[in-house]
This record gives sequence, C-alpha cells and structure tokens, in this order.
Amino acid sequence: MTGNAITLAPIAPGLWTQEPQPRLLGGKLASGEIVFPMPEGDAAHGVEPYPLSRRGTLWSWTSQDFRPKSPYEGPSEGPHDFKPFLLGYVELPGEVIVESYIVDATLADLRLGMAMEFTLTPFDATRATFAFRPETVS
Amino acid sequence: MNPVYIIGAGIHPFGRTDTRTGREQGVFAVRQALADAGLEWADLECAYGGSASSGSADIMVNDLGLTGLPFINVANGCATGGSALASAQWAVASGAFDLALAVGFDKHPRGAFNASPATYGLPEWYGQTGMMLTTQFFALKIQRYMQLHGITRRTLGLVAEKAFSNGVHAEHAWRRSAVDLDTILEAPMINDPLTKFMFCSPAEGGVALILASERKMRELGADGVRIAAVAVKTRPPDSFEVFQPAVSVKEGGKPTVLASRKAYELAGMGPEDIDVAQIQDTESGAEIMHMAENGFCKDGEQEQWLAEGRTRVDGKLPINTDGGCLACGEPIGASGLRQVYENTVQLRGRGGARQVPGSPKTAYSHVYGAPGLSGVAILQR
Repeated sequence: MTGNAITLAPIAPGLWTQEPQPRLLGGKLASGEIVFPMPEGDAAHGVEPYPLSRRGTLWSWTSQDFRPKSPYEGPSEGPHDFKPFLLGYVELPGEVIVESYIVDATLADLRLGMAMEFTLTPFDATRATFAFRPETVS
Repeated sequence: MNPVYIIGAGIHPFGRTDTRTGREQGVFAVRQALADAGLEWADLECAYGGSASSGSADIMVNDLGLTGLPFINVANGCATGGSALASAQWAVASGAFDLALAVGFDKHPRGAFNASPATYGLPEWYGQTGMMLTTQFFALKIQRYMQLHGITRRTLGLVAEKAFSNGVHAEHAWRRSAVDLDTILEAPMINDPLTKFMFCSPAEGGVALILASERKMRELGADGVRIAAVAVKTRPPDSFEVFQPAVSVKEGGKPTVLASRKAYELAGMGPEDIDVAQIQDTESGAEIMHMAENGFCKDGEQEQWLAEGRTRVDGKLPINTDGGCLACGEPIGASGLRQVYENTVQLRGRGGARQVPGSPKTAYSHVYGAPGLSGVAILQR
C-alpha cells in the first residue's frame, strides 16, 4: 500500500475487494467475458462478480499535466497547486485491460509490457483510489 | 439511390467571435451557402443540423425564415457534422427531396472538454479521479501505437508543423501563423507524448452545405461536386475508444476502418484513387493513426510519409489542407462539415494559396467522435 491508503475510504463502494491483498472487482458475463468495473443496475443481471488479478503488464501510459475541470475532485484548488499524475492501461492476462493511476514510477521508468502490480493510493485527504505500480521484486 | 451534389458551401470563420453566438455563426454559414448556390432560404426543402454546446439547430428558422421546412436536430458528438451530412444525403438520394441543408455550429468555453460520466453511462469515480478526458485517450492510443509501430515524437511534431503551415493560407482557420518544429516539440506537455501545439483546442465556428439532386443542380446551373459516398459506423465489439475504464483483451475492430471500407465500396474506389484528404486530427497522433485506419498507408509507414512531406499540399496525398482541427480548432458540431467544405473548395479549384495542384478529382473526409463512431464522405468532381 502507498502511505495510509488502506485506512482511507474507497472513492466508490465495490470497486475493489476488502481483503488484506485487495483486488479490483470486475464482472464475468454469461459469455465468459471479463469486464471492469462490475456493472450496476439492470446491466448486472447474469453478471458474476469477479475479482481481478493483482498482476499484469503495461499496455499504454500517459501523464496528466494539467488540472482537469469538474467533475475531477482531486486535492488541488486551482491549476497552480495541481500535481501532475501518471495513468495508463494495464493488461491483466486472460481477463481485461484496465485503466488506472500509475504510482511509484516516473515517465522514464515506463516501458510497454513491463510487469505491474495492483496497489491502493491516497486520492485526497479522506479517500483512496486504485493504482498499479511497477512490480517490486520480493 | 439517386446521385447527390453539393451545390453550395458556406463557413463562418473558426476561432473566437465574441460578438456572435454559436447559432448566429451557423446562420451566417447558411446565408453564405445559399448565396454560393444562388438560392433563397425558402427554396430549401429539408434541413439536418446540430451543435454540442450551442443549442438546437432547428431554432435557426427564427432567423432564416418560418418556411415550414422539416428541420431535424442531430447530436453525435464530434461526428455531428458527418451525421448531418449523411442524413441530408440520404434524404436527397432517396428521391424524397431535391434540396437539403446540412449545418453544424458550436461555441465552446476555453480549455479541454469536461464530459459528465452519467451522460456516457459511466460511474462517477471515473470522472472524479480525472481519468475521463478525451486528451488522455488520444495520448494513450498514440503512445502504444508509437511503441508498436516505430513512430517518433519528431513525426508528431511534423504533423502539427504542417497543420499550422497550411492554416496560414485558409481564410477560415483560427491559427494563421506558422509554428516551427522545435517550438512544437518543446512546448509544455499536455498528456505525454503530446505537447500543447499537438492538440486542437475547443473553438467556435459554423459550416453549411446545400445538397441537391442532379435534376435540381442542372435546373439551377449550379457548380456541383458529387457525393460519391457517405458512410457512418458505430464501434464494433472489443474496440478501444474514448472514455473506456477497461478494454477487451481481444483486439477488436475500429469504427474508422469500418466506415472507410464502406465508403470505398459505395464509391467504387480505393485509397489509391484519392487525390486529397481531410482526416480527424484532434491531435497529431490522431492524424497519424487515422492515415492507416483510412487505408492510405500501412501501420508505421507514416514515419517515412511525414519525413518525405508526402501529406503536404504539394505532396502525393495532401492531408488536412486547411490546417485541420489543429489550425482551425474544434467546434464539435461544425468540425466534420468543415472537412467537407474544404474538400468542396479543393475540387472546385478555389483553394487559392492552399490549392492542391493538378485539379484534384476525388476528395476524402473522415471524422471520429465519442463514444466511438466514424463518418466518412468521398466527393468526386
């Protein structure tokens, strides 16, 4: 976990599992196809909740260098205290390719196909969101 | 289906016009198109039009005249203009009408578009966390494409350099001064690898096109350009489009490829037959990827094409001869019709300093919009 992310409230309920090693919560369609996020309302009928793999490979990435307008709710007040962040798509083999924050890395570190692992990261003072980071050798 | 011709084309200059609303810019364009065709508003039999941020198009009748014509509002994101043109073309091709209007206009506030997740059927957290931005999508798409197909940052810069260089000679363009390659490459980053000068900006403008049956065109003695094909396609399964929290691990099709193939089939020609093209360049990478998706080159060949200047006005296949979205900005409702306007100008030989040499006979336009649809039109002289 990055910092105190585990103790913060999730940015939305049902996005990831509540377990010591949390996993993003996708859905398995009747056809067997895996989707993310888990559909809601009528679209959830016949879809089985499906926790996704914590490991994947980097599919693409970019930086967000300007403060997005509303509905962005990041911690900054205006463009001058905005801290650029990294994001990308991570391919979870055989499952789905998810869009996510990328943390604990700089642009220069990122390579197509590099190993990534799931983590949680603080979004603002009270909420956490999900992210991937380069896999650490343990 | 009966042949359909564009006999009138009008445009309100793109950019910023503080004194006119978006719809007033649309009305300006309609009046110019009517004058070009030698018609009065009362002559038009039906109309299709739209905007994303400037209200309903049908309210234009308050300014243009209460003639009772059927006026259908179109709303298809960035492809609104393409959809309006397709609808007007089908109306005349079917034989139901002899004269139809396609119009698009818009006026957006400064800065990147901020879409609402609910509008696109997406969860709120996707917008709250700042991952629902069109600019990110294009950066993510070109980043992967560059890695897979050996496209360099310099080539991204060359696309923008060409756009601003072409915009100098287009009266309706917003950015009308050249920008050198180093300035483009060293400008502030927006979303890596795309800098400020590689993105188009939300803007203002209006475009109107008047379509006629062959019989009507002859009766009027109008200077017509034939619409050889119009195709609009929404996304196929497993595709990668703007605003997607997740993408399928199966590689799917692309709406641009589908619309392009359909248009070539309808026109009875292929990419090698096209003399000039306007393709969606919301940023430099989009033009590069859309060159391949529309069949003009293979993936990766763009690197050589740009290095050799093949897409310049005097090149083998001139692309975005009025500077495209990069130089004109993007008023969503008008953008797709601007491409067709520019192709009409080129085929009529009225391009002035940006005229493609050698009297082009075929012109191709392509527009792409959220949440994944493409419109292609092929014009023929």
